[in-house]
Amino acid sequence: MRCPGSTERTRGIALNVTGLVLRAAEGGEGGFEAPGPASFDLPPVFSVAGVGVTKPMLQLVLGAVLVFGFLYLAARKRAMVPGRLQFAGEQAYSGVRNGVGRDIIGSRDFMPYVPYLVAMFFFILINNWFAAIPFIQFPTFSRASMAYALAGLSWLVYNAVGIRKHGFLGYLKLQCVPSGVGVALLPLLIPLEFFSNLIVRPVTLALRLFANMFAGHLLLILFAVGGEYLVLHSDNWFYPVAGVAAWIMAIAVSFLELLVQFLQAYVFVLLNATYIAGALADEH
Amino acid sequence: MSYPIPMSAEPSPLAVEPVEVIVALVVFAILFFLIRKFVVPTFEKTFAERTSAIEGGLKAAETKQAEADAKLHELEQQLADARHEAARIREEAREQGAQIVAEMRDQAQSESTRIVEHGKSQIEAERQQALTSLRAEVGALATSLAGRIVGESLEDDDRSSRVVDRFLADLELHEGARTAGDTTGGSTTSGGSV
Repeated sequence: MRCPGSTERTRGIALNVTGLVLRAAEGGEGGFEAPGPASFDLPPVFSVAGVGVTKPMLQLVLGAVLVFGFLYLAARKRAMVPGRLQFAGEQAYSGVRNGVGRDIIGSRDFMPYVPYLVAMFFFILINNWFAAIPFIQFPTFSRASMAYALAGLSWLVYNAVGIRKHGFLGYLKLQCVPSGVGVALLPLLIPLEFFSNLIVRPVTLALRLFANMFAGHLLLILFAVGGEYLVLHSDNWFYPVAGVAAWIMAIAVSFLELLVQFLQAYVFVLLNATYIAGALADEH
Repeated sequence: MSYPIPMSAEPSPLAVEPVEVIVALVVFAILFFLIRKFVVPTFEKTFAERTSAIEGGLKAAETKQAEADAKLHELEQQLADARHEAARIREEAREQGAQIVAEMRDQAQSESTRIVEHGKSQIEAERQQALTSLRAEVGALATSLAGRIVGESLEDDDRSSRVVDRFLADLELHEGARTAGDTTGGSTTSGGSV
């Protein structure tokens, strides 16, 4: 499981700041409301047939439109010598096509999965970056259900690919029975392999994406809101200074988050490709 | 410590919201189909065209190179042929020259031999002729001289010619002995005159 270590460090800093803010809150009139899961529970923007449409849902649509618009416009001209837009689109497209698809699934049969991988990567990337885009500033996948959706889809895709290639039992054997292991170890290994290859994968996929987005955004809210509280609601000279420091930290963390957001999209798609490659693998 | 965050009242961030799951799946599905239909084939076509354009350029260059190589080879071949031909012609000319010289030499040799032979035979013939006429003349002269000296007519041809013949035979005999004496005792005569 890949998890950028740098985010762990910032979380540590965040805890210190939380402590500071909480102490400030205790010392004051107890008016500070720390950001929590409720901060991610946005009210519906409008309702369609009794179903509330929330901002993250609109972001999903906007993200899809942006991704398709960019790639479509970049691809459309089909110039032999690409212009700026086409060059950018080609670089982005072939980055996923070659760097993820071909290198991991293998040049023999990666091509059918390229549309899936490309759509997945840019969809997640733009939705993650929404967290840093002014006036949107909300990572879509900090809503766990949306991460569940893509992780569940990934699970369906790689299992379907494996079953189509090896048949149901052949695929189960491929995923659960490691070759080159003594018979005595098999009763121990088969449940483990089954658990790790068929059950845990979608869960970790979803949680990794969700938790990174959730934590990153929570951290930003905390720096911003906590900084504001420290600046506005204190009689101590030190707290406003700490508040300004928190705002500076918020900006620094935003840049770090940009990287994390990119990495999470990349890791999600990379693992998807790895799972598909594993499902396509011949008997090892 | 009592935090002002009522944890129990919070909605779980991990809760499954069916609407969100469905929206995410639908939006992603639409994006996926759009990309599969409009983006990937276009990019792939561009890449393939670019590859074939580059390959076509390379192929054209290769053809040109091959043509140039072939032409160069041909020219080299021609040059070699020409050199070979020149050498052959030179060799032939040398042989011919040698042959001509040899032929000429032969011809000249035979011609000179022939000329020498001819000269020799002519000289011999002339000598014989001279000898014959001389003998006749000398006979007549000697006879008339002797007749004048002797005062006696030596009109008798038969006798006179016999005398002359004897004289000449003597003369020849004497001459033969003198040439033999010349070769052996030439020094005595020369020594005597000194």
